[in-house]
Amino acid sequence: MDRNQLQRQVALKRSFLFEQCYLDPQQFVQLEELQDDANPNFVEEIVTLFYKDSARLFQKIEQALYSRPIDFAKLDDYMHQFKGSTSSIGAIKVKNECSQFKEFCLAANADGCVRALERVKQEHQTLRIHLENYFQLRRQAGLVQRV
Amino acid sequence: MESSFSSPRNDTFPAGLRVLVVDDDPTWLKILEKMLKRCSYEVTTCGLARDALHLLRQKKDGYDMVISDVNMPDMDGFRLLEHLGLEMDLPVIMMSVDGETSRVMRGVQHGACDYLLKPIRMKELRNIWQHVFRKKIHEIRDIESHESLEGILGVGWKTENRKKPDRNRKKPKKKKNRTESLIRSGSDQYDEGYFLSADDLTSSRKRKDVDNKYDDKDFADFSSTKKARVVWSVDLHQKFVKAVHHIGFDKVGPKKILDLMNVPWLTRENVASHLQKYRLYLSRLQKENELKSSCGGMKHSDYSSKDAQGSFGLQNSISIQQSDAAHGSFKVSGDNLVSQRVGTKSHESDIEGIVSEPVAEPKKGSNGNISDPQKTRSPQMDFNNSYAETKKCLIGNVPDSQKISTPQVHPSHSIALVESEVNFTEFESAIPTKYSWNEIPLNKAQKPLIQLNSGFNKPPLPGPHSHFQVDRVQSIPSISSRPSTAEEDVTGPAKSKPSYSECINTQGSHVSPSTTDSFPDQIKSCLVNHQVSEAISTSTANMEYQGFNLNCITDLESAQRNLIMGSASPFASLDDGFQICWYQGDCYGMNLGLQNIEFPEYNDPALVSEVPAHLYDALRFDYPCEPSEYSVMGQGLFIS
Repeated sequence: MDRNQLQRQVALKRSFLFEQCYLDPQQFVQLEELQDDANPNFVEEIVTLFYKDSARLFQKIEQALYSRPIDFAKLDDYMHQFKGSTSSIGAIKVKNECSQFKEFCLAANADGCVRALERVKQEHQTLRIHLENYFQLRRQAGLVQRV
Repeated sequence: MESSFSSPRNDTFPAGLRVLVVDDDPTWLKILEKMLKRCSYEVTTCGLARDALHLLRQKKDGYDMVISDVNMPDMDGFRLLEHLGLEMDLPVIMMSVDGETSRVMRGVQHGACDYLLKPIRMKELRNIWQHVFRKKIHEIRDIESHESLEGILGVGWKTENRKKPDRNRKKPKKKKNRTESLIRSGSDQYDEGYFLSADDLTSSRKRKDVDNKYDDKDFADFSSTKKARVVWSVDLHQKFVKAVHHIGFDKVGPKKILDLMNVPWLTRENVASHLQKYRLYLSRLQKENELKSSCGGMKHSDYSSKDAQGSFGLQNSISIQQSDAAHGSFKVSGDNLVSQRVGTKSHESDIEGIVSEPVAEPKKGSNGNISDPQKTRSPQMDFNNSYAETKKCLIGNVPDSQKISTPQVHPSHSIALVESEVNFTEFESAIPTKYSWNEIPLNKAQKPLIQLNSGFNKPPLPGPHSHFQVDRVQSIPSISSRPSTAEEDVTGPAKSKPSYSECINTQGSHVSPSTTDSFPDQIKSCLVNHQVSEAISTSTANMEYQGFNLNCITDLESAQRNLIMGSASPFASLDDGFQICWYQGDCYGMNLGLQNIEFPEYNDPALVSEVPAHLYDALRFDYPCEPSEYSVMGQGLFIS
């Protein structure tokens, strides 16, 4: 594929992510605007950091979820932290699933929480794949500067 | 002129604004750092609240503002906010994913300049410099008013500054708190600026302000526009509280307070703003107390009964506090404990006022001192008794033999409350129960807290709140080691209690007795803020020292243990003179040497004498916590 085609693909992918509500365009664009010579791959750095931190938060959540008795308040708190984290990259679908999880916490519904957590993780992983694909396209299209 | 050495950023304000960002989320931290750098600000990031506090304390003038997240693992964002506001008077912006009105309101109540919702946009960050600028303007105004006052009086404002108004000096690094110098300065020379007329001053100041905004923070000079703010030291606050009590909380007004305080360099504006903070603090404490208090408030009011002062040395310290300015004493004694409470409650001039706070004064009740509404009934006795009693009482109306006075121990329920809350007592125990809390004139409008005390001596006291403290005493083994011990002992443990109550009181508006619960909160808050937990163990020891009680009445919740511990930590620093921060509802960290703790106002030498030994020892603890965080010392401060 020539460069132009690749670049078009990148643009398409980006639009797809927004249209499908995977990502909040406002936040994503904000991140893109922060990219400059000092941080040419800023968005990718942020996404990487987000996923790395997510692992830590998931661990905390699972630990709390599988301990007995369940401390729903704590669980809610951890999920709140995670939710705040998702807002950093504007992950809409993931955030929505987080809200669901919090609802179950409020209702002290352990089963509901377990299921909701699964959905959160699913969305989280799906988005990850899309984003990795997106960044790869960018690299291929020569849009990524080698620092 | 200032601009000569001003860094480049000064010329292009707000560029170069030194911002400290605190957020436990690394992703957001990175984003914010990048955004702020885009705005040409100088950014420092921190993942933990305590690291942030550490950084800020190290370099007092190292930052222009702080942006902090509300939910953080090691410390509640609001607590950090209060610390910052009190200790450093820096503009703080809160951030959160949660934009619920109640939370935002809380943020504002705690002193936040602004509250941003995540996700945060660049444009929101571009304008944060306005908060820094606004503060500077206010400072200038304060200075100017000072100036004019000085002009009128023909007195040079002596500030201790760092010696010269040499603006060009980049650093004399006197990072000392300017206000401290201001306050403490005795005869330092006045910056020439001060001799200018108000107008000149204003203009020169304004100029300086802009130019020097980012100047070397070492500007110790008073003329430095950077910091002209008044540092409310323990002593000063004590005077303030005393004055407030003397006037009567209802009739209080900045002018009256200023007149009574008789501090030449202080302006009406300074007092007014401090009064506002104080009121907020008290009302917050009160609310917390009301929520929590099941006991019905501690009888802090009893404290007021200065009489108690006479009796025990320890008590004296407490009572002194009480009498003096209820608040003042608290504060001072506790140094950091939020003794603030003291002021607000019904302490009538005498009453230690503090008493009213939920401080588990109830213990006092047992002491008997408490019983007298305001007059320290046999202060010593009371104290001892109360202390012992409180201990007992707290536990459950322990009718200690010591209880001299009355049965008051209503504490049973209060005790229950107290217990939980009392945990602080450990904290408080340090604080000499002397507070006339018990004494606190119930008649006065004692805030519900006093009721706690009522249990103690005074039959009239309705609230068993006082017991509140008692429990704590018991719980605190270290402190109350001698629950029923003789008077001496009583004072010991009692000390903690009363002070505790005091502390608690300070938490919120003089802890209304009803809020025994609040007591713990207060304590907790005091301590909690500071990672008390570690310190607690040590603090317990302190509790015995009267001084401590006052300090941390903050949230009891975790407090009980923590409190004690927490208070302990501050003590460590006491030796070196910790910083006293008037934390709203929290403990004060004071940078006073222990010696400073004396309460000049308190004229009961006898009282104090007893304490010193203990207090100093207590203070010697090595509290893991930073002193500033716990003003537990408060009570202990009774040390003369």
